[in-house]
Amino acid sequence: MKEFNIVLTGIGGQGVLTLGMIIAEAALKQGYDVRTTELHGLAQRGGSIPVHVRFGKKMYTPLVLEGEADVIIALEPLEALRSCYYASKQHKTIFLIDNDPIIPLSVSVLGETYPSIEEIKNSLKNFSEKVTILDASETVKKATGSEIAANIYLLGYVIGEKLIPLEEKYILQAMGEIAPKYFDVNKKIFEMGVNHR
Amino acid sequence: MVKDINYMNKVLSNKVGEKVLLLGNEAIVRGALESGIGLAATYPGTPSSEIGDTFAEIAKDAGIYFEYSTNEKVALEVAAGAALSGVRSMVFFKHFGLNVASDSLFPLAYSGVKAGMVILVADDPQGWSSGQSEEDTKLFARIAHLPMLEPSNAQECKDFVKLAFELSEKFKIPVFIRTTTRVNHMRSIVKLGKIVKGKTKGRFIKDIHYRNFPPYLIDVHRELHEKLEEIKKVSEKSDINFVSNNKKNALGVIVTGVSYDYVMDSMDDLNIKLPVLRIGFTYPTPDKKIKDFIKSLKKVLVVEELEPILEERIHILSKEVNPKLVIYGKSHLPNVGEYSEELVLEALSKITGKKYLMDLIAHKEKYKKLKIAKRMAVLCPGCPHRATFYAAKSATAGMDVVYGGDVGCYILGIYKPMETQDFVFSMGASEGIVHGIKKSTDQKAIAFMGDSTFFHAGMPGMVNTIFNKSNPLIIVLDNRITAMTGHQPNPGCGTTAMGEETKAISIEEVAKSFGIENIKVVDPFAVKEMIDTIKEFLSKDKVSVIIAKRECQLLAMRKKRAQGIKILKFEIDQEKCQQIGACLNELYCPAIYKENGKYKIDKDICTGCGVCAQICPTKAIHAVKEE
Repeated sequence: MKEFNIVLTGIGGQGVLTLGMIIAEAALKQGYDVRTTELHGLAQRGGSIPVHVRFGKKMYTPLVLEGEADVIIALEPLEALRSCYYASKQHKTIFLIDNDPIIPLSVSVLGETYPSIEEIKNSLKNFSEKVTILDASETVKKATGSEIAANIYLLGYVIGEKLIPLEEKYILQAMGEIAPKYFDVNKKIFEMGVNHR
Repeated sequence: MVKDINYMNKVLSNKVGEKVLLLGNEAIVRGALESGIGLAATYPGTPSSEIGDTFAEIAKDAGIYFEYSTNEKVALEVAAGAALSGVRSMVFFKHFGLNVASDSLFPLAYSGVKAGMVILVADDPQGWSSGQSEEDTKLFARIAHLPMLEPSNAQECKDFVKLAFELSEKFKIPVFIRTTTRVNHMRSIVKLGKIVKGKTKGRFIKDIHYRNFPPYLIDVHRELHEKLEEIKKVSEKSDINFVSNNKKNALGVIVTGVSYDYVMDSMDDLNIKLPVLRIGFTYPTPDKKIKDFIKSLKKVLVVEELEPILEERIHILSKEVNPKLVIYGKSHLPNVGEYSEELVLEALSKITGKKYLMDLIAHKEKYKKLKIAKRMAVLCPGCPHRATFYAAKSATAGMDVVYGGDVGCYILGIYKPMETQDFVFSMGASEGIVHGIKKSTDQKAIAFMGDSTFFHAGMPGMVNTIFNKSNPLIIVLDNRITAMTGHQPNPGCGTTAMGEETKAISIEEVAKSFGIENIKVVDPFAVKEMIDTIKEFLSKDKVSVIIAKRECQLLAMRKKRAQGIKILKFEIDQEKCQQIGACLNELYCPAIYKENGKYKIDKDICTGCGVCAQICPTKAIHAVKEE
């Protein structure tokens, strides 16, 4: 396998960094070389900075080249759109989007518009032929009473669908190490995602 | 930052040879531990902040000393004191921190050190975390006469720290490591070495070298140049300057830092293999190695972010060995902003004529046509700074007032609707500049500065306003923590970096002792009191100080949640609301939004500050009643 490129996006507090760390640790456990990049500090305020995860036999830059993402996981639809230049039809990029819009302040105060999910899907057509939209937050909220682990559900989904070449056991090991306190609930949600229930 | 719950184990792990994923900043700490460090000091500044966060977490378990000093100059002096006493030390900060520290840095290069001392400076091309300039620290190596190493990834972060300690101790000279945001915040695989238990107690042995004073000064300066000549020999032989794809070619690449990664991957994209000289030892440069590399080339591309320092060196060196060499660098790559694989790919494509399978420029154009609603950088919901800024705006409505800005979260006050940061220069600069404006105009002026900023560099500015009979209003935005960089303690907090209790220094008492007569501590959430105080103090003929005191809301929420305390929420009574919109338009609070013409509060985000309820002209906002 040549390197595998993932872009994870969302807004602050949705668990993008944690998701990146789990995938990266799992890739390391599976024997791959891994590089990720994330930004902290001022860059995070107001919040839409994607995390990149690359793994494979050998690669150098931690940043995904524009148009070269294999999978883009977006925890928020508008952020999927904002990161779509990492996708391309040539590279057969797959989008996985949680239909959990978080309306930015610019819509209320500057009169900018938040597109409908159909409009987002349409715009993404120029960049990808495979866009999957899930109600992850809602599914997770129904099951647990909180939508905080939607990121883990999406991870389960991509692993279950074999969209990312990582084995379930390594993901679970990584989850256990990174968030041991929440392992049981995370495992349950992860498996819900794997089986898309 | 999301803390790896197990990262402490990783940074302290005894499993020699184990491969772990570390953030560049964590790898730096591991490198220090593998070098027998005894003391570390810093003033927090992103992109270097997580180095301090990690030291704070592990220092006790590792048996070393770590502190947040009041500013970077003090931090450098603390580390110097340790190194002069035979204890290996490290100081680290962002690029601007080096400016603050440089007054002590230059003489330190002359006096030299006894134990190894590493000075790590994190540059921030693209200004991800630094609004004020894209300063390039490479230039400091030469002017300060200090060696500099530049890692490209997390493994090298660790290895270069070790190498820097070795060099420092061997040549009795502090050694720089320069990183950039991409290296600090890159997570990559690091092979662990052995943790070395270093000395934490030494002894200061008096030495004439430390007494920087003429006529010794000239001798010591000469010795310093001689040291650098010796270090240059090390640089020539060092394997951190290496050649990849060492095959004959007309075109070669010379590269430093994270750009090495972009060069290697770009060549893969273009299906070309050019010889690449990666320079890890930025100063003194390995001139012989560079001359050997360029002498048989026809063309060379120099890839270095920001200033063309290496490029200029290569121009000089090529005159000796290959005067016809065509040197590309800033001709094909920008001298501003951060580099990327896209930029390097484009440059290499232009020079070689090779095409990438995708037209990246057309691809980006397609993207630029999309209209995507912005996510604006705003203060957090319930941030006390928002309340203070609102009060300042209200109190000064219709007045000709200059709002002096400073460095902290409150820098976000530059944006609408507050616009209460008319200039931003450096830590503590608000007072000096506002004083100058007061002396040169008839305008009213307010200087805003944070609590940590006050201790960092704000005290001299405040003293100056009294000494030189000025009358600005100084508002200290005291949120009880250094918030912007991730909640590090400062001298006002009562705790040290290592979690020990200490005296919490009162800003009010300090200001009083300076002789400030008009002084008041006001809770920013008491909006009317804050407005009235600002109005009153602005009319005084002597300098006045308001301490806007209220804990950072992120921190307060975290504490409340941990203690199981219920968080108050507010809601808008739709029957009383007359759609004036003051709550939304004058505060830009992320918890308030407009939907189908109605103003609403998102209770998941609201932190219950109640400022919107106080400013609502129709009193339509109230706390949610407990059920």
